[in-house]
Amino acid sequence: MSRGVSRSGPLPERTVDVAVVGGGVVGAAVARELAGRQVTGCERDGRSLTVALVEARSDVGDGTSKANTAILHTGFDATPGTLESRLVRRGHELLGGYAERAGIPVEPTGAVLVAWTAEELAVLAGLADKAVKNGYRECEVVGADEVYRLVPALGPGALGGLTVPGESIICPWTTTLAYATEALARGADVLLNTRVEGVEHDGGEETVLVTNRGPLRARWVVNAAGLGSGAVDRMFGHERFTVTPRRGELLVFDKMARPLANRIVLPVPGSRGKGVLISPTIYGNVMLGPTAEDLRDHADTSTSEEGFAFLVDKGLALMPALLKEEVTASYAGLRAATEHGDYQVHLDAAQRYLVLGGIRSTGLTSSMALAEHAAGLLAEAGLVTSVRDDLPDPPRMPNIGEAFPRPYMCDDLIRRDPAYGTVVCFCERVTAGEIRDALDSPLPPADLDGLRRRTRATMGRCQGFYCGAEISERLARVEGS
Amino acid sequence: MRLTTDVAVVGGGPSGLTAAAGLAAAGLRVLVLDREREAGGIPRHSDHTGYGLRDLRTLMTGPAYARLLANRALEAGALVRTSAMVTGWAGQRVLDVTTPEGRLRVDARAVVLATGARERPRTARMVPGDRPPGVLTTGQLQNVVHLHRGRVGTRAVVVGAEPVSWSAVLTLREAGCRTVLMTSEHARAESYAAFSVPGRAGLRVPVATATRVVRINGRDAVESVEVEDLRTGERRTVPCDTVVFTGGWVPDNELARAAGLAMDPGSRSPLVDNTLTTSRLGVFAVGNLVHPVDTADVAALDGRHVVRHVQTYLAAPSPAASRTVDQSAARDLPDAAPPSGSGTGPGTSTGGAHGDDEPGDAGGGETGGTFAGAIPLRAEAPFRWVFPGLIRPGAGAPPRRRILLWPAEHRPIARVVVTQDGREIARRTLPWPVSPGRVFRVPSSMLSGADPRGGAITISLA
Ligand SMILES: Cc1cc2nc3c(=O)[nH]c(=O)nc-3n(C[C@H](O)[C@H](O)[C@H](O)COP(=O)(O)OP(=O)(O)OC[C@H]3O[C@@H](n4cnc5c(N)ncnc54)[C@H](O)[C@@H]3O)c2cc1C
Ligand SMILES: Cc1cc2nc3c(=O)[nH]c(=O)nc-3n(C[C@H](O)[C@H](O)[C@H](O)COP(=O)(O)OP(=O)(O)OC[C@H]3O[C@@H](n4cnc5c(N)ncnc54)[C@H](O)[C@@H]3O)c2cc1C
Repeated sequence: MSRGVSRSGPLPERTVDVAVVGGGVVGAAVARELAGRQVTGCERDGRSLTVALVEARSDVGDGTSKANTAILHTGFDATPGTLESRLVRRGHELLGGYAERAGIPVEPTGAVLVAWTAEELAVLAGLADKAVKNGYRECEVVGADEVYRLVPALGPGALGGLTVPGESIICPWTTTLAYATEALARGADVLLNTRVEGVEHDGGEETVLVTNRGPLRARWVVNAAGLGSGAVDRMFGHERFTVTPRRGELLVFDKMARPLANRIVLPVPGSRGKGVLISPTIYGNVMLGPTAEDLRDHADTSTSEEGFAFLVDKGLALMPALLKEEVTASYAGLRAATEHGDYQVHLDAAQRYLVLGGIRSTGLTSSMALAEHAAGLLAEAGLVTSVRDDLPDPPRMPNIGEAFPRPYMCDDLIRRDPAYGTVVCFCERVTAGEIRDALDSPLPPADLDGLRRRTRATMGRCQGFYCGAEISERLARVEGS
Repeated sequence: MRLTTDVAVVGGGPSGLTAAAGLAAAGLRVLVLDREREAGGIPRHSDHTGYGLRDLRTLMTGPAYARLLANRALEAGALVRTSAMVTGWAGQRVLDVTTPEGRLRVDARAVVLATGARERPRTARMVPGDRPPGVLTTGQLQNVVHLHRGRVGTRAVVVGAEPVSWSAVLTLREAGCRTVLMTSEHARAESYAAFSVPGRAGLRVPVATATRVVRINGRDAVESVEVEDLRTGERRTVPCDTVVFTGGWVPDNELARAAGLAMDPGSRSPLVDNTLTTSRLGVFAVGNLVHPVDTADVAALDGRHVVRHVQTYLAAPSPAASRTVDQSAARDLPDAAPPSGSGTGPGTSTGGAHGDDEPGDAGGGETGGTFAGAIPLRAEAPFRWVFPGLIRPGAGAPPRRRILLWPAEHRPIARVVVTQDGREIARRTLPWPVSPGRVFRVPSSMLSGADPRGGAITISLA
């Protein structure tokens, strides 16, 4: 574990320039961005910003950021003129480029919205116009023949579609990990198992974050606490928005299903009933979902009978052949929905506080743009910074995408290091070398879930029938040491 | 690195090792590839007695059985490579393999697939709820307890009441975990009739029949499961800290599907005929891969059965030749049909073996004519699948002269009816019950009245 990561013990005593609350994809992107900046135009001119990423859980990316549909959106269907529309578009561009440098797997599969009713068909042209308003010009309305040519496995009854060639799938886990790893390399602290429970101001320039691990002093605070963003916002005395968790359940089908869905099949957005999508996943599976159900409990990521029944029903109509395949996994993610139609981004210069809340269903895509935007807003409030010129190269993340070479297939690599030829998790073909690397990485996993997000180990069709015991033992060996 | 061999056996479990021993003893160069660190397959971690009855005529523990079969294969001259995972195909009978020594490309004259079967985990059964650790399959449980000496909880619910479920109960007990409830969706426990894991009587585990698990509760650790009585719809919560999903077998068919072999939609296994040939010439399939799931000795005897068919194929590797060779063994089955113009071609022979005629993936890949002249074998409800899915007249009996079927329901009396083209060709009441969770066996002699040039043969219960 690198110096900057801490999971227990006392918090750093020094005052940090910026504390970022919430180590989801948004908070990690913000920490990475700010840790790469230096203060300009004041007495501390030229000094690098000190940044702490403060996360309640034992790992980054363990909240909503781990359980979504993982699409790198073009933003074609956003509401024009919103902050979300602008940041999704910008985020698509920024993350697209960053993914290439950092080795985050992205597959440009493209998407097609499919109309199943006359009403849906009638909406398509309007959606194409809206896409143009959002700055995306590649959409095209196509007939049913073309829809079936693009996705032959679709069930009967498709009337037409709208193609969105720019939609891609991305690895959400590697994205958050890359941001946090780079933030560390740039000198940030990553404080895990650290829950912000209150806020105190000492009258001066500093804010004291009261946490379960003691106080943390910061000159500036960025609230990126996702589902907790509303609560943290209230700690600062605001009553601006309430987060209502909107649960989305998903079914992930066996890799054998992948040829059925080589591109994303999107529902036509409409007022009547929520459609579900079918998407290839970056790990080589196919996913069906999500549902949409408002909850009270901010941590209830359980799956439900009703959710499954709904998805099976939808799936049978959308792609009957998919439902013949085995289900490999199911999960639920909670969208941080609010009563407002847009992201809740508010700056309070006097409090030296910025909230990036209510990032409901596009935050993976917009993460880097939100970070860029945050730096801009903080400058308006007086924290003027510029990008440092002594930055380390971005990390090169281990590839866990199915479409790119993985260690088990690389003869050269195995000859240099036999651990890469020792397959431990058979279904996902994860080698001993990759598990070792994850455990030795600057931001190692805290548990099996964390190891799974770094390597894919045990997330396959057998769910541990063969390798579960072996993997747990490898994990325990490190924990015990 | 490139290797050549006469026969590549993928999977070193009971079926693969037994095939390898026989093939090597017959003078062929045999290479067994297994992805685990040690050969032996599932019995390696099934640390109780109950292995070897039919193939070795003795009873021993799983680990002892695994070692014995591995040694026999080695003594016969087979090469057994462990930590060698076959990841795909580079040609008709060419395999890509990952090993710690590097990638291998194995060019074989014949391939025997013996990759086994595994239990469906909770996810594949779509049991909703929280997703805490402590939810396992028997396979994982036995790996934890026997191979890794790990710990489990203290109160378990075991889902299923098949033989394998009792094996899970035994393992739990050994690990200091009490089974507070076993559930079975069937009206009576699956292994009610004839179950022989020693000590079962002393286990005294309550079995809830006609019951299914509908939810798992507990965010960080299992706290309870919710079960539903299928007769009344009533639900109750059972406190526990461990849940073991047992049975619910699915073959490890990844390589078979990657090859585009014709598949049986009922069992999800590659379709084979009585010679255990798949739809790809020179590629055979044995063991629980083709009948998920039977006992290890039966899997092993598939391995013994396939030997002479592989030999026959290697002696004359063309479909026409291999089709008519060993008529001497054709006692139970209709004689070889003289090659006729039409017959049942590969196009019609790939149909489902489980009753409903969905095309499924059956048509996938080049059937290469290996099934030409073979008669499809089908099964009606309550059977989910039948093995083998095709009968090639004149090619001898299937392994152990048995047709294997997988019942979804219990029937106290087994009145078996065999028909072909609407004509009844045999009817017999068999002296063993139809019991879900275990294979139901029908003597292949019941097919001997079939017309070798006729259409599909159907097995049903009267
Ligand atoms: C079903 C579903 C599908 C989606 N599909 C897509 C998609 O295809 N493409 C896309 O771009 N987006 C998608 N999204 C949206 C995306 O996942 C979210 O917008 C994004 O993950 C939000 O990131 P975040 O960092 O704001 O929140 P989170 O990931 O929830 O991170 C917030 C973190 O803050 C921590 N925290 C909370 N309170 C405190 C506290 N008091 N102290 C310390 N830490 C705290 C939490 O533990 C958590 O880790 C989807 C979302 C869902 C639910
Ligand atoms: C808990 C439990 C208890 C049981 N108890 C009994 C009992 O008491 N008596 C009894 O007779 N039977 C018992 N059985 C059943 C018995 O274990 C199986 O019938 C038997 O193992 C089947 O043998 P097999 O060769 O078909 O497959 P397996 O034993 O599953 O062997 C398959 C082998 O293939 C290898 N493999 C798979 N894919 C690849 C690949 N791509 N590359 C390389 N290698 C690969 C695997 O590593 C494995 O070693 C039990 C099963 C279980 C799960």
